[in-house]
Amino acid sequence: MPEVLKAPLVLEFPFTRSLGPVQSAFLTGLRERVVLGVRATDGRVLVPPVEYDPVTADEIRDLVEVAPTGTVTTWAWNPAPRGGQPLTAPFAWVLVRLDGADTALLHALAAPGPDAVHTGMRVRVRWAGERTGAITDIACFEPYDGEPARAGDHSGAFDDLVTGIVAPARLDYTYSPGRAQSAYLHSLAERRTVGERCPVCRKVYVPPRGACPTCGVATAEQVEVGPRGTVTTFCIVNIKAKNLDIEVPYVYAHIALDGAGLALHGRIGGIPYDQVRMGLRVEPVWTDGARYPDHYRPTGEPDADYDTYKELL
Amino acid sequence: MTRDIAVVAFARTDHRATCEDTSEVEMLMPVLHEVLARTGLRTADIGFTCSGSSDYLAGRAFSFTMALDGVGAWPPISESHVEMDGAWALYEAWTKLLSGDADTALVYSYGKSTPGSVRDVLTRQLDPYYVAPLWPDSVALAALQAQALIDAGDTDEAALAAVGARSRADADSRVPQGSSPGDYVVRPLRTGDCPPVGDGAAAVILAAGDRARALCERPAWIRGIDHRIEAHALGVRDLTDSPSTRLAAEKAGAFERPVDTAELHAPFSAQEVVLRKALRLGDGVRVNPSGGALAANPVMAAGLARIGEAAARIHRGESGRALAHATSGPCLQQNLVAVLEGDPR
Ligand SMILES: [Zn+2]
Repeated sequence: MPEVLKAPLVLEFPFTRSLGPVQSAFLTGLRERVVLGVRATDGRVLVPPVEYDPVTADEIRDLVEVAPTGTVTTWAWNPAPRGGQPLTAPFAWVLVRLDGADTALLHALAAPGPDAVHTGMRVRVRWAGERTGAITDIACFEPYDGEPARAGDHSGAFDDLVTGIVAPARLDYTYSPGRAQSAYLHSLAERRTVGERCPVCRKVYVPPRGACPTCGVATAEQVEVGPRGTVTTFCIVNIKAKNLDIEVPYVYAHIALDGAGLALHGRIGGIPYDQVRMGLRVEPVWTDGARYPDHYRPTGEPDADYDTYKELL
Repeated sequence: MTRDIAVVAFARTDHRATCEDTSEVEMLMPVLHEVLARTGLRTADIGFTCSGSSDYLAGRAFSFTMALDGVGAWPPISESHVEMDGAWALYEAWTKLLSGDADTALVYSYGKSTPGSVRDVLTRQLDPYYVAPLWPDSVALAALQAQALIDAGDTDEAALAAVGARSRADADSRVPQGSSPGDYVVRPLRTGDCPPVGDGAAAVILAAGDRARALCERPAWIRGIDHRIEAHALGVRDLTDSPSTRLAAEKAGAFERPVDTAELHAPFSAQEVVLRKALRLGDGVRVNPSGGALAANPVMAAGLARIGEAAARIHRGESGRALAHATSGPCLQQNLVAVLEGDPR
């Protein structure tokens, strides 16, 4: 069995999110070194604040300033910080109930080691040098043995409100297409198109995915198909895709390779776009170093009879 | 409830399945074929199909559509998908059968954690404003819960290590043994308190009434299922308790009579402590005879596997009344409880 292919796959997305009035006030407050909570229906002050009461689901908007000092309610020592986490040196994850709040905020605590951390310990906010209106405006918490800081009486009204955040995310994967598609890609590299035949219905799948969707059984028998095939249906593309070096209009088609039980996709070239038709006989055109056909061009054969490909539409 | 519905077959991938060389559908097909073979059903005989999985594990959008090839989805079948653990797919299938729209259902779920880093992947399910930007990984959040339990006097590190050791010993002998609690991953959780990262799949067949009796010698009748959720902000919750689990159990009828078996979806050792308390499970209840998620944790399939394992124990005559639990989200945020019973024998 040929080697199963693997390749790095990176998912990266900067998520732009808008904030409601309460989140907006809270994150703007962090930018201004003010910590705000919200008063819930039962009188508790929730920090970080939410817009709907966790018990009654009522809309809540009554902002209350709390102190930047507080008490650790639980903690966990992180000996090996991971990418994106608040501190690069080992630190404690903490839930901190700020003075004046009734609920706890999750963040990081800078401490020399786990022996320096305990539930009930007093901590204070260490502000980030550069603040933008994000939870990371709190750089971390640090141990603090002074008096509780006095909370101000900020109303939550700011001149220049932060109304949105950009939350960047990146996840790294090692993608493997599995056995069937690896075999397909290996053969493509040799300019051969190899499908798999279903042991039950005998249909040949190209590209193969390892299973027959009709019979729900594994496909295994490899069958070389093509290289020639028939255009079963097509469309004319008039809008240029970003980063795609193909002049528009061009034709994108379903092509039933000879011997295949279903059609695959490909671009048709070597013929004016308005002369492409169902039944047109085509063959792949390979470019140097490519791992798949660049496009398909007419073979010059007579068109295929409709009856020969109508099941593959 | 107007119809009796039962789990009539269950299959899962081997605990040590290394599926990194297979696609999702290649990994899934053997368990699909196994449940069909157990019941003698063919794909065309299944009234409703429902699956659970997550695109974030695969790193691809609509990844479940590829797996559908394995169930014989053409000609078109009655099918649905939840972007959740398969236990919730089973809940949907159960309601479908209750409604009388179908007499049989195939439920499956699968997860391949190994292509990505599951600790990082799971951070993307957190509150995106206040929590996700800090990238607290799944072990870190579970460790906060464990420390809260230790502070409350509900457990200690030795007791947690014993949970992990018992789970692995109960699992198949094929699972690597070892009672060593290991090094701290995020203190107080050690490697033995954390689930293994792995790939896998599970499948279940449900059937109603006489169909169930025809398909299975001793059907595992679902007496009730319910699922509940807690506030998403961790700092609002009491991490030492799971009121949503207790409420779901109450609504599912779990407290009406004692159970003899409980399959608990507790990926971290400390979560078993929380669940035992929330479900008021006494020492007489056999907890996680399958080894649970501490022995094998295919994300998105581990919860369905708990229902399947509980049902299989009833099928084998080893249990008369069993509770199955599935969870989702950090620190037991969402919880589903099912109560299963075999006919008296
Ligand atoms: Zn077939």
